[in-house]
Amino acid sequence: MIIRSASKQDIKPSEITTETDYLNRREFIKKSGILVGATWAGGLSIPALARPSDYGNDYPNLIKTAYGKGEKLTSFEDATTYNNYYEFGTGKKDPAKNSTHFKTAPWSITIEGEAKKTGTFYLEDILKQAQIEERIYRFRCVEAWSMTVPWVGFSLADMLKRFEPTSKAKYVQFETLYDPKQMPGQVRRVLDWPYRDGLRMDEAMNPLSFMATGMYGKELPNQNGAPVRLVVPWKYGFKNIKSIVKIKFMEHEPVCTWNVTGPKEYGFYSNVNPDVDHPRWSQATERALGSNFWEPKTKTRLFNGYGEQVAHLYKGMDLRKYF
Amino acid sequence: MEVVIKNNVYTQLKEKVPGVIFFKPVVFILCLMPFFFLLLNAINNNLGPNPVEEMIRTLGDWGIYFLFIGLMISPVRKVFNVSWLSRYRRMTGLFAFFYVSIHFFSYIWFDQFFSLQDIVKDIIKRPFITVGFICYLLLVPLALTSTTGMMRRLKKNWGRLHKLVYPVSILALLHYFMMVKADFLVPGVMLIILSVLLGYRLVLSLKNKRKRT
Repeated sequence: MIIRSASKQDIKPSEITTETDYLNRREFIKKSGILVGATWAGGLSIPALARPSDYGNDYPNLIKTAYGKGEKLTSFEDATTYNNYYEFGTGKKDPAKNSTHFKTAPWSITIEGEAKKTGTFYLEDILKQAQIEERIYRFRCVEAWSMTVPWVGFSLADMLKRFEPTSKAKYVQFETLYDPKQMPGQVRRVLDWPYRDGLRMDEAMNPLSFMATGMYGKELPNQNGAPVRLVVPWKYGFKNIKSIVKIKFMEHEPVCTWNVTGPKEYGFYSNVNPDVDHPRWSQATERALGSNFWEPKTKTRLFNGYGEQVAHLYKGMDLRKYF
Repeated sequence: MEVVIKNNVYTQLKEKVPGVIFFKPVVFILCLMPFFFLLLNAINNNLGPNPVEEMIRTLGDWGIYFLFIGLMISPVRKVFNVSWLSRYRRMTGLFAFFYVSIHFFSYIWFDQFFSLQDIVKDIIKRPFITVGFICYLLLVPLALTSTTGMMRRLKKNWGRLHKLVYPVSILALLHYFMMVKADFLVPGVMLIILSVLLGYRLVLSLKNKRKRT
């Protein structure tokens, strides 16, 4: 990928120090983990002092944005070892374990449907035209856990516009790679592969909608959806489809994998909503990854707290019906 | 009847395999190991990014494992003719109760933080919690009547009462199934095991009925 090789050539001594700091930091965390263990009864926990730049620097010219400024980040460790990515196994630790050999380059995305510029494009060509920036977003899983991640990527709307969707394009569907040889979780038909999900066009064009190629200043780890994934922070995590190989502009509401699996449990919209429970569990509260036994769960907010940016999209809609 | 037989087995055992008496504390410690390791991991912050979930699920798993081990004892004893195994039935049953109890208690403490209102709401509103709760309620009388004194007092009814372990194990597995989002592999394997264990008893009771008629 162009981005990676460019950043490698551009490496400065100061950045090497950053990498060392990064390694030392883990060591520090490990040690403090033991310390915390010793004082566990006292109810202490590891303070989340880490900033994205502490983790790595694959993007030296990264534009920092105001999104999520001052939010307490989930640790890189937690965000990369507790994943729902059924293509690599249904256990939370499976994706990190089973995705180490996943090949993310070369990568291409096929554009189909109601747009003028359809065809297959190399990801590196798409990235050349993109403005790469960092955004800190809250992430709320439908299973009632949450994290806060500094994503690196580009605006979804900016990319979609370049394919010139026609007036018929009312929806956009995304598709994950189907390759059971590389994705051992696809050997069993746990879900209706390939994984698909979609957005209404105005949702996709919302400035919040983001395509991530990295996190914590590093390239996206495979278990987090490398090389490119969707991030729509006001929706439940499963809408944030990973390892995208196809984008289709459509006139009608697209098929979404979880919606097909459990139509009563996972709606097309799947907006974060504390008042509309999952039939089997409450969505009123959430557990932040990395929180210890004594920390209370936090209250879930409507649209995951992004109402100001997205509430207008659902004006006049019954959110219980269109859950 | 049962008590007499039990005592006979026990005295016979004492004479034949004195090691059994020695083994019991070893087995007891062994059964405590999952709890011990879980506690150790919890203290060392070693339960991953979502320690509460990890703890509750691990305890639930062990509850089911011990229920199954308990159900395995009488078929294994009969098939392999190892009568001393029945000495461990009460212990396994009580360990099942132990793990399910702390499973439930962890939910009350670390998931609901003792909020009675939330707990009651959850139990009424969420079918999978409801099933789990009923399952636990049914286990309580079994644990309470597990003493030899209670066996003696309840006589025939003791055996009848303790047949509750069958619906309990079915409900426990249902509780698991109802929690799963898409991957039914693990509870599926458990279902096969439970079917064999309960099927064995069904076949046996049918055979006995035929003999009588």
